[in-house]
Amino acid sequence: MTSHLAESTPLIHAKPSLGQVLDKTFIWITRICAFSIAGVLVLIAIQVGIEAIPAIKAFGLGFIFQQQWDPVKEHDGITGIYGILPMIFGTLMTSFVALLLAIPIGVGSAIFLSEDFLPVSFRTVLVFLVELLAAIPSVVYGLWGIYVLIPLIRPLGEWLHEHFGGFFLFGTSPSGPGLLPASLVVTIMILPTITAISRDAMTSLPPELRQASIGLGGTRWETIFRVLLPAAFSGIVGAIMLALGRAMGETMAVTMLIGNSNTVNFSLFAPGNTISSLLANQFAEASGLQVSALMYAALILFVLTLLVNIAAQWVVMKVQKF
Amino acid sequence: MYLSRKSSDARSIFNKAMTILAGTLVVVALIPLLAVLSYVLIKGFGRLNLDLLTKLPPPPMVPGGGIANAIVGTLIMVGLASLISVPIGIGSAIFLSEFSNPTTAQWIRFATNVLNGVPSIILGVFAYSVLVVTTKTFSAYAGAVALSILMLPTIIRTTDEALKIVPQEIRWASLGIGAAKYQTVLQIVLPAALPTIVTGVTLAIARAAGETAPLIFTALSTQFWPNSLSQPTPSLAVLVFNFATVPFKNQQELAWAASLILVLLVLTTSIISRFALRRKTY
Repeated sequence: MTSHLAESTPLIHAKPSLGQVLDKTFIWITRICAFSIAGVLVLIAIQVGIEAIPAIKAFGLGFIFQQQWDPVKEHDGITGIYGILPMIFGTLMTSFVALLLAIPIGVGSAIFLSEDFLPVSFRTVLVFLVELLAAIPSVVYGLWGIYVLIPLIRPLGEWLHEHFGGFFLFGTSPSGPGLLPASLVVTIMILPTITAISRDAMTSLPPELRQASIGLGGTRWETIFRVLLPAAFSGIVGAIMLALGRAMGETMAVTMLIGNSNTVNFSLFAPGNTISSLLANQFAEASGLQVSALMYAALILFVLTLLVNIAAQWVVMKVQKF
Repeated sequence: MYLSRKSSDARSIFNKAMTILAGTLVVVALIPLLAVLSYVLIKGFGRLNLDLLTKLPPPPMVPGGGIANAIVGTLIMVGLASLISVPIGIGSAIFLSEFSNPTTAQWIRFATNVLNGVPSIILGVFAYSVLVVTTKTFSAYAGAVALSILMLPTIIRTTDEALKIVPQEIRWASLGIGAAKYQTVLQIVLPAALPTIVTGVTLAIARAAGETAPLIFTALSTQFWPNSLSQPTPSLAVLVFNFATVPFKNQQELAWAASLILVLLVLTTSIISRFALRRKTY
């Protein structure tokens, strides 16, 4: 009997070796693809870093505190003085003004669209429309800003300057392009980020929280302010940080609206510049040390947005676990 | 009776006021959308004719003309970018959802999200330093590489989601009848997830077509037909940027018309994908 068993051909064959080889190859190809994503991030950092080395050697950390950006001026035997203090100021200023406006509007919309104020079908349409704001190309916002937004806010700016000119934010008379129109367009562009992610954070809260609060006699808005918002707080913070990352890197619309003048001026109506606008304006015609200085600026922007993004992702990831 | 709340109660009034305030904020959020869309429609529609799609942009002060070269340039670069990013993106997503362990997958998803947050102009700087500096010329290649990196996160995310929805049972069934892993993925799982993947890719393409920042100093722009991949190449987005600030009425009109084309492209793909993604087969 035993010999008979041993001689019989097995019913299930081992897979042919070709199939196994193909399997291994296939898995390795997909693995390489996946790791190339992380690779690209590292490669961007290395590549931009290497190109920035000449400028880093020439200017060091002073690059961040230097106010002048002049590619033709002779200085210490090198051509050109490069510093990006005004651009860092402009980047932070536009981002913070935009956040200041976008946080109340975005979180307010998120609350309204996550609670059952409206029938579900109508709500879905509104959510879709808010998300559509993110789909419109940046350059279209820029074009719209030049021909619609700037003329529209000019009378308001003039009125504010005339009556409250002493206040540092309204210190100069509106000159067309400036920090305010740029910040307003950035506000529009980061609104969908804040609304969508805050809304996700609110809708994924366990329904028991809401039921318990209503059951204890809380009104709808008491429930929102004392129970739901605190519970969704970290998700909302993540949303705001992601929006900050987007605001700092936003390029085209800002370039078209900010006026591109390398000055540090706190007035909302004064023209300014951002790191990304500097890159957009100067890269195509740059040569020599200027390219390296631009790479240095790009490296600073990359590191800033990377830090903000990693922190935001980390917060959002923590929330999703909960 | 004890459980009812008077509508003149301070808490009730606060409740009502907050509801109205939040509703107003939604309206405020939607005003810019309507304003931008309506302006682009009104200003761009007048120039939406055959000339726009077939002729070259005219020199300053000359009437007429079109943006045909920019349309062709955008198609070339976005097409090239898709050739790079679609295989890599789908490959990565397959690895994430089919073959990786949870920790690796978590890290790569993290990297994908971070890459999604990298400003698009940095991708342009990267392509500039890798391709423009080394080849010493602005080219469609450089623009396409920048766009392909921009498209990757969207493609990976949607494909990853699409593959996750495919039920585990059909993988088991396929492996159970003796199929190899690559056969299971390529012939069973991918076809099942295909509609969603196509939607994701289309969305990525539409977004890439509207991107300007990665192109302004990689592909640059020209007034002529693109005739080689290793030369400066015009695109719709860069054309809008260049023509927006010139003092010539004709060029400004062309900028609005090009914006209209970009907006229509994004709008239709967003709406279609909305419906396609909602209709989940499983």
